[in-house]
Amino acid sequence: MVEHRGLSSFLPYVVLTLGVAIIAFPVYLCFVGSTHPQDVVANGKMPLVPGPLFFETYYKTLFVGSSGSTREPVSTMLLNSFIMACVIALGKISISIISAFAVVYFKFPFRMAAFWLIFITLMLPVEVRIYPTYKIASDLNLLDSFTGLTVPLIASATATLFFRQFFMTIPDELVEASKLDGAGPLRFFWDTVLPLSRTNIAALFVILFIYGWNQYLWPILITTRDDMQTIVIGIKKMIVTADALTEWNVVLATAMLAMLPPVMVVVLMQRWFVKGLVETEK
Amino acid sequence: MQKRAIFGGTSLPYLLLLPQLFVVAVFFYWPASQAVWQSFLLQDAFGLNTSFIWFENYKELFEDTSYYRTMLTTAVFAIMVAGLSLSLALLLAVQADKSIRGASVYKTLLIWPYAVAPAVAGVLWIFMFQPSLGVVAQGIRAMGWNWNPLLNGNDALTLVVLASTWKQISYNFLFFLAGLQSIPRAVIEAAAIDGASPARRFWTIILPLLSPTIFFLVVVNIVYVFFDTFGIIDAMTQGGPSKATETLVYKVFFDGRLGGNLGSSAAQSVILMIMVVALTAVQFRFIERRVAY
Amino acid sequence: MKRSNLLIGFLLAAATVLSTPASAQTEIQWWHALTGANNDVVVRLSDEFNKSQTEYKVVPSYKGGYADTMNAGIAAFRASNAPHILQVFEVGTATMMAAKGAIKPVHVLMQEAGEKFDPSAYLPTITGYYSTLKGEMLSFPFNSSSTVMWYNKDAFKKAGLDPNAPPKTWPEVFAAAKKLKAAGYDTCGFSNAWATWVNIEQFSAWHNLPIGTKGNGMDGFDTVLTFNNATLVRHLETLIELQKDKTYDYSGRTNTGEGRFTSGECPIFLTSSGFFGNVAANAKFDWANAPMPYYPDVAGAPQNSIIGGASLWVMGGKKADEYKGVAKFFTFLSRTDKQIELHQKSGYLPITKAAYEQTKSSGFYKEKPHLETPLLELTNKAPTDNSRGLRFGNMVQLRDIWCEEIESALSGKKTAKQALDDAVNRGNQLLRQFEKTVSR
Repeated sequence: MVEHRGLSSFLPYVVLTLGVAIIAFPVYLCFVGSTHPQDVVANGKMPLVPGPLFFETYYKTLFVGSSGSTREPVSTMLLNSFIMACVIALGKISISIISAFAVVYFKFPFRMAAFWLIFITLMLPVEVRIYPTYKIASDLNLLDSFTGLTVPLIASATATLFFRQFFMTIPDELVEASKLDGAGPLRFFWDTVLPLSRTNIAALFVILFIYGWNQYLWPILITTRDDMQTIVIGIKKMIVTADALTEWNVVLATAMLAMLPPVMVVVLMQRWFVKGLVETEK
Repeated sequence: MQKRAIFGGTSLPYLLLLPQLFVVAVFFYWPASQAVWQSFLLQDAFGLNTSFIWFENYKELFEDTSYYRTMLTTAVFAIMVAGLSLSLALLLAVQADKSIRGASVYKTLLIWPYAVAPAVAGVLWIFMFQPSLGVVAQGIRAMGWNWNPLLNGNDALTLVVLASTWKQISYNFLFFLAGLQSIPRAVIEAAAIDGASPARRFWTIILPLLSPTIFFLVVVNIVYVFFDTFGIIDAMTQGGPSKATETLVYKVFFDGRLGGNLGSSAAQSVILMIMVVALTAVQFRFIERRVAY
Repeated sequence: MKRSNLLIGFLLAAATVLSTPASAQTEIQWWHALTGANNDVVVRLSDEFNKSQTEYKVVPSYKGGYADTMNAGIAAFRASNAPHILQVFEVGTATMMAAKGAIKPVHVLMQEAGEKFDPSAYLPTITGYYSTLKGEMLSFPFNSSSTVMWYNKDAFKKAGLDPNAPPKTWPEVFAAAKKLKAAGYDTCGFSNAWATWVNIEQFSAWHNLPIGTKGNGMDGFDTVLTFNNATLVRHLETLIELQKDKTYDYSGRTNTGEGRFTSGECPIFLTSSGFFGNVAANAKFDWANAPMPYYPDVAGAPQNSIIGGASLWVMGGKKADEYKGVAKFFTFLSRTDKQIELHQKSGYLPITKAAYEQTKSSGFYKEKPHLETPLLELTNKAPTDNSRGLRFGNMVQLRDIWCEEIESALSGKKTAKQALDDAVNRGNQLLRQFEKTVSR
């Protein structure tokens, strides 16, 4: 890049490799566990290298299931998770980007109050309000529906704050230039702000998609029909916590497979990072 | 803080805010107000018997000495998790931002752990750290450290701090990376040409330009550490041994579980909310001044 | 009758039958917490019931673990759309029982639906846990287990102990554990899962000691905890002493440490009888189980064990027709052949005397003696007020408080007496608070 100075050119590799080794270790363990017989895993004798059962386990997981306990095919659950995660991510991004735009680029009564009203939603743990929230969802007939799975989770103070931070860094000159061109706020938003926000939207999409993908408490409460359940519920259904046998290799294989869509999202979004870099020279 | 360049118009901003405010009103404030109301009640799990008891729930909390211990544990936990996860993530992001070979592979591998569902993560951590069955635990014990988070409070606290930090590093890494990517290369190159060392460039150019992201992450990390870490503690230590890993949010969930003591749980969450609102307000007031927009 | 008339008559009848739309089956929602192979059992039973008749359809739904499922049930009730049947773990019994109006007692359900229901056909220690002191069944036992002592026969041989004569008393267990430790099992002589279930609840019942007054809470919500007696103090003191050199090693509050037995680390391990599936699949040594040990100098020991597991509660506010379906389903579940199948295939304890007797006489237990051990414990003696079961409100929180105190004791922060006294005092506070919310 700028210059290479001897030893320090090794530094990134060392740090990153160490970082990956530590941070990706649990994921690696998940993979290793999915390739060993389940008694090896249950007895704490799992070695650090993959075992012999890779093909057998993944075949079983994809086509047979864990002794039929996930009666719903994995594909249905994956689809439900995917729809839910996409809708949540896109929904959160849409309503927060316009909220942030309003808070930053306009002056109006209760401006900061509106911002704080949104922000405080992060500060009341969900289980404290789970009974009344469930009641509302039930009264509005949202049980066992995608609307019920997604809309209650769609307010996002984090995304609003994030966009607010970013908008604050956009140079004022751009607004002035836009006004000179006779553009109103919406035009400015569409033509200038949105393209500039691409990198940030990509980053947020990754996080919010994963957030939506990994939801457990709300989906299990609001869905009862098997065909509405998500993949995380499916995994939980296979992990037996009391008595009876857990087929660890199948459980961990399902967990690995469940991680693939979020990872694909990560990989895809990386392209946007780089793209944003090239075009964002301000 | 307000930008100088703004648009006129009074109805547009309200319209833009309407979707989010509507969702928030229906799915947060309406249930939340009932939860706050709950803090003044004594009620059974099914809501069949209710009595209004004014501030009894609050009074009981403040008279309970272990509540203060929980506050202290939470403070220690929050500082350690936020501090560790932010600094380590920044370090990794800075290194990953350099154009080195395999950068995108490193980035994917560092973001991927965030995708592990909390339900699964809890199980994996038990696989790693259960005193005699865990892979890492066996290694630790082989080195001579009598690792036992089941009976040793410090071991247990270390365990939940590590697990919570782990999750947050991936999250922070992603945002730091996005922030770093949007710093124009031209600025850094100009400084390099001027003879500034990498360290100097970092402190005087990169850090200030990154400060909006840093501020965002500090605020969000603190909120998450206070509210989102219930799952990890529940999966691994259940607040034990002997309350060594009981944080304020864990106590909220625990007391309210299965309708055990909904009133106290609600009261605790009100107190917790007030504390974090105050903490965040302080951050906005005093720390945001130093952010360079 | 002329043939043409017959034919027309037949055709008309056929047309009537074929054109009648399939009568809408009454759906019965069953929310449960069973995973893995146990989930299969639930599904199979529902299918079999549904196939055996056409009026009702039982629809099972997994709603998370026991706590999540109970939570879902409470949330649904508060939103006025509870399921018909809710599986609740034994720990939630008091909360469910106190919720008059939210639940429909099983004995009332069966009576109103006109189903034949004879309480004496059921095993008293199993149904007693879920009944009033008068014997009126409140919920339907579904998956029950009890505590047994699993032991590693190969390890016994190695330590010079007789693998076919497992220790019967606690002093014998301590001695055996010391020998095993000397023989190489130095990180764990013996251990257990479910810290309070084994060391307080089962311990008390097995020794005919009360956990609390009023029949351990079964007779009233004004119960007071009393388990800080001399015997339990002595027991905990011994555990503390043995923890120091790991003759005894604490394995956690729940059952995450069970793998220590199947991995061969802990040669003696007390946990649920339901653990047999894991043992059979994962243990690479010769194993067996035995009844819980007892202190021979305590009068009346061994008494009988109590059950753990879950039962099926019927939620209130449903239509009479739907309740008929639920009652029919419970009758179906009580059928001897179904109970035998359930017991032999999944290891759940049979709830009817007939099922137990038939299994015994079929010689099943000769092949699988480990499945009979819990039943032998449960039927050891006729239950007393101390050993019918327990019913404390806020039991989840109580258990955690007791675990905290045990942990304090085992880590040397408190003496056994202090820990148990604190456990009792803190527990009583919770019980009083629960009492206030229900007595009206």
